[in-house]
This record gives sequence, C-alpha cells and structure tokens, in this order.
Amino acid sequence: MLLSRKWLSEYTKIDASPKDFEDVMTLSGSKVEVTRDPGAEVRNVVVGRVVSIEHHPDSGHMWVCQVDAGQPEPVQIVTGAQNVREGDLVPAALHKSVLPGGKKIEKGKLRGVLSDGMLCSLSELGLDAHDFPYMTEDGIMAFSPEDAAGYKPGDDIKPLIGADDSIVEFEITNNRPDCLSVLGLAREAAAAFGTELRLPEPSVRGGGGDIASRLTVEIANPELCPRYTAKMVKNIKIAPSPRWLRERLRAAGVRPINNIVDITNYVMLEYGQPMHAFDYACLAGGKITVRTAKPGETMKTLDGTERSLSPEMLVIADGGKPVGVAGVMGGENSEITEATRLAVFESATFDGVSVRKTAAALGMRTDASSRFEKGLDTENTVPAVLRACQLVELLGAGEVLDGAVDTRAGTYVPATLKLQPERINALLGTDIPRGFMAETLIKLGFAVAPDDTVTVPSWRADVSHYTDLAEEVARFYGYDKITPTLNPGSETAGGYSEKQRFENSLSAAALALGYSEIFTYSFIGTSDYDKILMPADAPEYRSVTILNPLGEDRAVMRTTPLPSMLGALANNRSARNDGVRLFELAKIYVPGADDRSLPDERIILTLGAFGGCDFFDIKGAVEELLRGARTPDVRFASGGALPSFHGGRFARIFSGGTEIGFIGQIHPNAAKNYDLPDAYCAELDAELLLSLRAPEPRYAPLPRFPSSERDVAVVCDASLEAAELFAEIRAAGGKLLKSLSLFDVYTGSQVPDGKKSLAVSLSFRDDSRTLTDAETDAAVANILAAVGAKFGAALR
Amino acid sequence: MPPGGGNYAVDKSCRLQYNFLLTSIRAATHNFTPKGTAMKEKLTQIRTAALAEITAAQSPAELEALRVRYLGKKGELTAILKQTGGLSAEERPAAGALANTVRSEIETALDASKSTAEASALAARLLAETLDVTLPGRRAASGRRHPMGIVADEVKDIFIGMGFRIAEGPEVEYAEYDFDKLNIPPNHTVREWSDTFYITEDESVHLRCQTSPVQVRYMEAHRPPIRIISPGRVYRKDEVDATHSPMFHQVEGLVVDHGITLGDLKGTLNALVGKLYGGNTKTRFRPHHFPFTEPSCEVDVECFVCHGASVGSGSGCRVCHGEGWLELLGSGMVHPKVLAGAGIDPDEYSGFAFGVGLERLTLLRYGIDDMRLLFENDMRFLSQF
Repeated sequence: MLLSRKWLSEYTKIDASPKDFEDVMTLSGSKVEVTRDPGAEVRNVVVGRVVSIEHHPDSGHMWVCQVDAGQPEPVQIVTGAQNVREGDLVPAALHKSVLPGGKKIEKGKLRGVLSDGMLCSLSELGLDAHDFPYMTEDGIMAFSPEDAAGYKPGDDIKPLIGADDSIVEFEITNNRPDCLSVLGLAREAAAAFGTELRLPEPSVRGGGGDIASRLTVEIANPELCPRYTAKMVKNIKIAPSPRWLRERLRAAGVRPINNIVDITNYVMLEYGQPMHAFDYACLAGGKITVRTAKPGETMKTLDGTERSLSPEMLVIADGGKPVGVAGVMGGENSEITEATRLAVFESATFDGVSVRKTAAALGMRTDASSRFEKGLDTENTVPAVLRACQLVELLGAGEVLDGAVDTRAGTYVPATLKLQPERINALLGTDIPRGFMAETLIKLGFAVAPDDTVTVPSWRADVSHYTDLAEEVARFYGYDKITPTLNPGSETAGGYSEKQRFENSLSAAALALGYSEIFTYSFIGTSDYDKILMPADAPEYRSVTILNPLGEDRAVMRTTPLPSMLGALANNRSARNDGVRLFELAKIYVPGADDRSLPDERIILTLGAFGGCDFFDIKGAVEELLRGARTPDVRFASGGALPSFHGGRFARIFSGGTEIGFIGQIHPNAAKNYDLPDAYCAELDAELLLSLRAPEPRYAPLPRFPSSERDVAVVCDASLEAAELFAEIRAAGGKLLKSLSLFDVYTGSQVPDGKKSLAVSLSFRDDSRTLTDAETDAAVANILAAVGAKFGAALR
Repeated sequence: MPPGGGNYAVDKSCRLQYNFLLTSIRAATHNFTPKGTAMKEKLTQIRTAALAEITAAQSPAELEALRVRYLGKKGELTAILKQTGGLSAEERPAAGALANTVRSEIETALDASKSTAEASALAARLLAETLDVTLPGRRAASGRRHPMGIVADEVKDIFIGMGFRIAEGPEVEYAEYDFDKLNIPPNHTVREWSDTFYITEDESVHLRCQTSPVQVRYMEAHRPPIRIISPGRVYRKDEVDATHSPMFHQVEGLVVDHGITLGDLKGTLNALVGKLYGGNTKTRFRPHHFPFTEPSCEVDVECFVCHGASVGSGSGCRVCHGEGWLELLGSGMVHPKVLAGAGIDPDEYSGFAFGVGLERLTLLRYGIDDMRLLFENDMRFLSQF
C-alpha cells in the first residue's frame, strides 16, 4: 500500500521526518518498507512564462524563447519543441538544475545561440500523458490555467507536478484490509502520533431524480454477497480529472484515466472499498442480479479477454447476461464510455474465499479482488458510494440521483467483548493501566463502556478475543517497553529423542568415514526416474504428485534418493571436483493407498562416491556404519540388481532376514545420463536400522589365555562366493575359531583356470586354557575337510 | 658438558674414599710383608690403568670389553683377589678391602661412562632421525558438515540447553493441521495455489508451508508444560533465486505452560539471538500478524556487520542494505483458538511460538550471498566450513 504523506495530512497533521514516521509506524504495527521522495533529485526547475518566441537564426526547427522565470530579466532558452506559445506557463530547468533521474542541465550554446536552461517535456520530469491529459508527450509541458492557478513565474515546479510529496510504502498484513486505505492508515497514524483525526463526512446534493424507479437489485446468493449498495448518476460528462485527484492517484501508483474511472479508484484508495461503474444503458431490464454463473456462460472482461465462467463463480448480471465478475473485474459489455449518460455505481462486499478462488481460477488478481479476498467491512459500502457521488458533484461529472438501492442479508450487529485488563497484563507480562488501554482502543475507533464492554468497529473484523485487544494495547504501549523474562514455569528436561540421537550418530559416522553432508530438494521430476533407468511399471515410479509444481522437474515427491544423490555428484563432476564422497540423511515419500492418505516418509541414509574408489571402498564404509549402528547379523547378497545398478556389482544388504538397503556401482547407462564416471551408491533405511539395532554391549572379560593364529590359503571355484566359504569355515571352526579375516584373493597362473585362492587369517582360542599346537592344527584340518567336502576347496 | 663431566662428583668421592682407605691400610699394616706390598702396588696399577682406559673408551662395546677384562671371571682384578690367600692373616682383610674398593671404583666408572656413551649414541640417532615437520601430514580426510547442518545443530543445542525437546512431523500434511488448526482463515493468501504446493484437488493435502503443524500434533499428544522446537523442511511456491527456494528449512518453537507471557517470549528469543550473534546484539520486537499467534511480532536483530552505522548513509551495508536491522524471526503468543483446537484450555494455559528460517540464519552466519549454493552441494563450497 502506497501512502502519500500529502494526502494523509488532509485527515491528520503529522509533523515527522520520513525516518521518524517510518519508525513510529513500524513499531506500532504498520510496517514501512520504504519511503520515496519523488522530487528528491529535482533542483532549480521553476515555473516559467514564455514571454516571446523567435525562430533560431541558424535552424529551421528550433526556437529561441525569452522566459520569465521570476528573475529581473527574462531567461533565454532555446528549444526544439514546436508547441511553445507566447504566454504559456511551462517548466523551466534553469542553469545548474537537476531533473528526475539525476540529469544535470547547464547553460550552453545551441547552434551558436546561448540557452540558459531547458524547457521540459512530460518525460523529462518523469511524467506521462496520464498525469496531464491535455498535454502532448512530444512537446513542452504547458500548464492549463486551472492547473497553474496560484502559481507565478519563478515558483518551484515540484508542487505543481506533485513532486513535493513523500510516498510511504507499507506492508499491510492480511488481517488489516482496513489499512489498505488512506483513512485506515490515517487512523493508525493519528493513534501512533497522538494527533487529531478528521474523517471526511461525504454529503451529496442529489436532485437528479429517484433511483428506485430505474434500478432493482436482487442478491441470489446472499452468502457470497452480504451487501450490495448502488447509486446512480445521470448526464455523465466524461472528462479528465483535476490535477489534485490525478496527483493522488499517481502517488498511490494508479494511472489516471477519466473522471468516472478515477473517482472509483480514488474511493477505493481512500476508503478501501473497491467500486465499479456500469453503463446503465447496457443493463437489460434496469436490473442487477448477483448470482453464480450458469454453466457455459462466458463474458469479455474489461481487459478485453473472453472468460469462461464456471458455476461456483459469482457474477453481477443484468436481466440476462453477466456484466461483471463479482469483486474481480467488470465486463466490457457494460463499460463506461464517452457515450455513457447514465451510470450505476456499485459498492458491495463479497465473500473473500469466493473472490480469491474466482480470481485464481481466471488468473486475474486485481486491486479489487486482492482487497475483497481479505473480507471487507459491510458498513463501508454506503459511505464509500456517497463519497463517490460527492466527488461526481465536485468534479461536475454528472447529476446524482436521489436515494440508493441497498440490498443486504440481515442487519449488522457490532461485535462486543470485555476488556479484561488483568488478563491482558498477565498475557503481556506488564502492568499497563486500564486507562491507557481504553484510550488506545478509543483512538482506534473502539467504544469502551465503563463496565469494560468493548464495542468493535465494523472495520475491525480481526478483533474477536481478549488477545486481540492485548495486541492493540501492546503495539501502542510499545513492545520495546515489555521487560524480557525467562519464563519461570515448570522445568522440562530437554534433549534429543533416541531416534534423533541415532540419526545424529549415523551422520557423525558418515562424516568420520570421509563422506560430506548434502542437502537436496525433496521433489524431483519423473524424468529423473527415467534417468536412473527405473522402469515405468516399478512400484517406486508411483509418487506423491504436486498438482501445481514449479516445473515438471520438481513435480513429484521422490520415492528414491538416488536421483538427488547422482545430481549432487554430477554437480561436483562438472565443477571438476574429484574423489567426491557425499551422504544425505533425508526422507523419501512412499505414497499411501490414495491421495488422501499421507505418504510414508522414510529417512534414508544415502552414500555416493566417484573418483579414486571402487565397490569395496563404499562397502567398507557401509560395513563400518553398520558396525557403529550395532546392526546385527549383516549379510550382503548378490543378484537381483536394481535397474539403476551394474548387474554384477550390486548387493542387497540384510540384517537377519530384513532387507535394510543396497549398495552397488551405478549402471553405466545411468552414470552416462549424469555425465558421471564409475560411481557408487548405497542406501540404508535409517528407521529399520534403529528398529533392528542390537542392545548395548555388555562387558565380556578379556581373554586370559593366548590365541593361536594360522594363515590358510584355500583354492576353490572362482564362482564360489567368499561369504559361503567363510560361513562354512566358521561353522567348521566351531567355538574355538574366534576370528576370520581375509588377506588375499588371487587368480592367475599359480592356480588353475576357473579357480581362485582365498587367503585368510584364522585366530583360535579357548577361554579356559591355552590351546596346544596340536589342537589348533586339528581345528584347521577340520575346517579344510569341511570346505573340501562342501566346495571341493583345497589347501593351496 | 665435557665428556664424563657429569660423573666428576662420583669419581671424586670414590677417589677420596680410596685415599682414605689407602691411608688406613698403611696405618694398620705399617709392616706389610713384601708379598703384601707387591699386591698393593699391583692393585694400584690396575686401578690407574683401568680408569684411564675407561675414560678413553668411545663406545658401549669397548666399555663392555673393559668390564670383561678387569672384572670378568677371568679378569685381572679377579686374578689378584685369588692371590689374597697367600697373604698373612693380618694383611688379608686390608688387602681384601683395598681390592673391593678398587673393584667398586672401576664398576662405578664403567657405569658412568656407559650411560654417557649411551646418551651420546641416542643423541646422535635422534639427530639423524630429524624430519621436516613442515611436510604435510597424511590425513584421513573426514567428511564436511553442510553449513546448514552446523547452524541447525547450534540452534538445537541452544534450545536443548533451555529445556526444549525436538519434535518432528510429516512434510506432506493435511490442511487441517497446517491451516485449519492454526487458525489460518479460508481466505488467507497462503492457501492460494500460487503460494502452496497442493497434492489433492480438494486442497485437503499439501506440502506443509511451515513446521507449525508439528506443534499442533505435539499439543494433541502431550500435556503442558511443553517446550519444543520443530526443525524441518517446508515448501512454498517461490521460484529459485539468490534469496528464495521452493523448499527450505524452518525451526519453529513452542512453549505452553501456566502463566507464559510476551515478556517470556522476548527473554527466550533474546537468549537465542545472544547465543547466535553475541550477547550484546540488540533486538527489535515489531508488531505483526500471524493467524496462529496473538499478539504477534516480528523480531529484527541489529545488523551485526554495520551495527546500524549504515542507516541513512545512502551507501548502504551489504548485509542490511542500510536498514540497520535484519528481519530474523516471526513470533507471538499462541492464539487461544490454536490451543483450544489442540485440546489445551486457553483459560488455564498460555504459550508463545516462534519460527526462523535456517537458510537465512546460515546465509547471515557465513556471509553467503546466494541461497542456491546451499542446494548445489559443490565440494568447493562444502569444504569451506
């Protein structure tokens, strides 16, 4: 909301610097974004009267003007403009002047003739033809006698072009549509500065005949249109608005059009009540019906676009056709034109949600709809329409008919509540006197009875509870005056939950293993599933889908973290980083049975790596993570590779019988889709890890007897998986075999084709005595016999 | 220190002892037999020779050889001692005493020289083993914590220290929890399709716009006193640019108990700001509006780069752009309707709530000028923290 300080001063006189005004308004709840001074740069530009004009001696299209600039002698200014007339009042930028945008003007010679400044056009002063409709854009500004009344040569130009103002931009919160108006902000400012508030009291002479015989209004959907007030004006004379009105519109960021349109905009800005004007001649049957659209109805709105209306949209219709989309935009079929003689002013309130949805559906959020959607004051329609009619009379734009058509459902009953000063102080932690509370509320338009009954003004629908009153009191008392305390309430034991601690430990372990933490978006595109080679019939392809995504690449909630991880790896690859190790601990979103059931949001630990690593590097990290997570009975099972992975370098990871994740090299085709070299990823389901986690370890006494070590190399079929061999070794080793660790895998000339050698260190120990060499050798022999029998494996 | 110098005192005391003994022997055996006299001289010779050779010895090995030569089973001193049997009964004790004294003197000298030699050998070895300690270490590179993770942990720790627990909840959420129970009216702009990502046409399910629904769910499941923060991902329909992201992280907080006041809110948030930005950082509580709190306020912190010095300067500050304040938090007293909606009696309890964007805290903390960097995960960026 843009507020002109000049306009504001009409209702309350506030003598404060821009900075002080900003601070006081901001700290009382009307947040100032920025203050602009439209004339800040303009210097030494004055009103000039053209005394005489002569042809430039050396140029056929230039003129040498003598200009009375309020100085003893006329100033000579050369201009190329063709519209200069003797006697015109024009803007003269004198020697050493500055124009908007910082352009400096100095005297100089134009084809040999001295020019002591410059006569200005609209654009040179930052204006256009909407500001001065009677002027031409490609010539010098020449002020009309009405506009220039009271100005004489030498006067500063700024007041004449509205550049002597200060424009304050406010951020108005949703709950205060009343502050989307000059009057609303004036009320706030007067309360904040303690100044007197003088509100306009619109009065209309009327005399143009009675409205009742001409117009009827029917509201078919009162729940969507609580009140519809109309007045009529005859003998409309379309003309430009006067300068003061154009200036105020411009200060508020609205372009002047013509007197009737400008009046509706002016009242919207001043009262916060959007208005619309219809050409009565276009209303069939002299009738207005506020109803929802009929199926298949269409209408061309004022912006020239044909709109398809749907039955939940509220429209303003005449006897048959729609003539406006309620609260959003009028129809072209009933627009005010030069030919309009009889006009209907609409001042109504509509249901906010309905307006919001209609505007959104039609893709046309307007100044009006953005106000209506916040829910407007039903008691504002009459003062606003009276103000409009007063302006019609003031501007000589037409004759106002007597009476109004005012249709509404029910009657207005003001809301009341109790002040409860003690309760307010208890909530704020203050000791504010009741008197201050009452005075503050009264300044804001509330009534406070001696029994503490507070009557809420109609424009403050946001106030319904004592806490709302507490806010009104607090913001004028000053939030800064409230003493900070650390609450003395009951003690609570803070801390992480077990799940949070577990997740923190997973992150810490991944970091310790050299993997860096990443954050990626939860939404991806289905094309990302294609990029990781996920078949369209895979269950993971079905995802929670965003109906209004920012783009197709962010349209679904991921069911796998893989595309996000590969994307992050790819970013690093394209940045020429090498040896990259990343992890993310974040959610995937597994859809529920239908849209209405929330997805299962599972926390997945994802590892990703490329550069200077192979499968066993990332597997080692996973094994170490699982050890730290106390995951019992971990097993890596080959086969059944997901399509995203290399078929021969993939393992599903189990804890007991539960699959907890997988690991593998990314399929070369998928890697290619991300411009990645050999890359490796692993996923672990953090929630499963927590649920499977083994109990905390209990202390076991340290061995009292030494262990015996034996290194054994076994030759077996190359296709035999180490895990199978090791399982057999463990089984045959029995309880004496305390540990087994692989130290070499060999294939080559020293072993037959189709065979491999696996060399392991075995450690044997008995907890109750020292093993003899013979016993250890027997255990080894037993193991060799077992693997020989089962796999045909033999000692190398 | 001169070679062997450290053993001077030992040598000297031995020598004194020897001289004393020699004198007393002379006194006691003024009438030594020739045999006794010869032995005495022989001992004196051995002593002199041994001490000289010990002093001259260079290495522990040479010293060991001297030990064997003089003190070994077949050593010279041992040989002499065997001859004491040929002396008279009167001479024997004195000669024995003299021999033992010589022996102990030689042993002492040997030990002293040996430790000196070992010390020099060790010193020489250490010198030879000198490293260029400025060569780089062999690092086991650990991973880097994302800056947002660092700041999130810090915020969590601050609140845990003040007795808060950490609550979590779904990101794909019912409008009932994210809007209705938070007192967000049906006509609020946040409900627009241009603002919120919808999952169902009937607007009943969407991606949460804030982590406040977690507070509602927590209040429904727990009785006061409640002190929680709810960090997590939230979603708003903003195009990606340097200061916006359609997905970002919030940390929201909630305190509900008997007699909680706006003053408590101020005190708690001042404590947060003090811990994040230093105890003297000024705050400004500014009235604002949120549907779920009443009264509501936004909290600004004094710009910690210019400390307000850039206000009105026109030149501006790169962080606060000449405003002197940085908008940091939204907060307020929990709306009675929100309490009641979650089954907590607003006549008995009151509370405050607040929310802060983790991305914003992170950008401000490290002087990062583009939010997109947080989601690109480029190691050149991550390795800076």
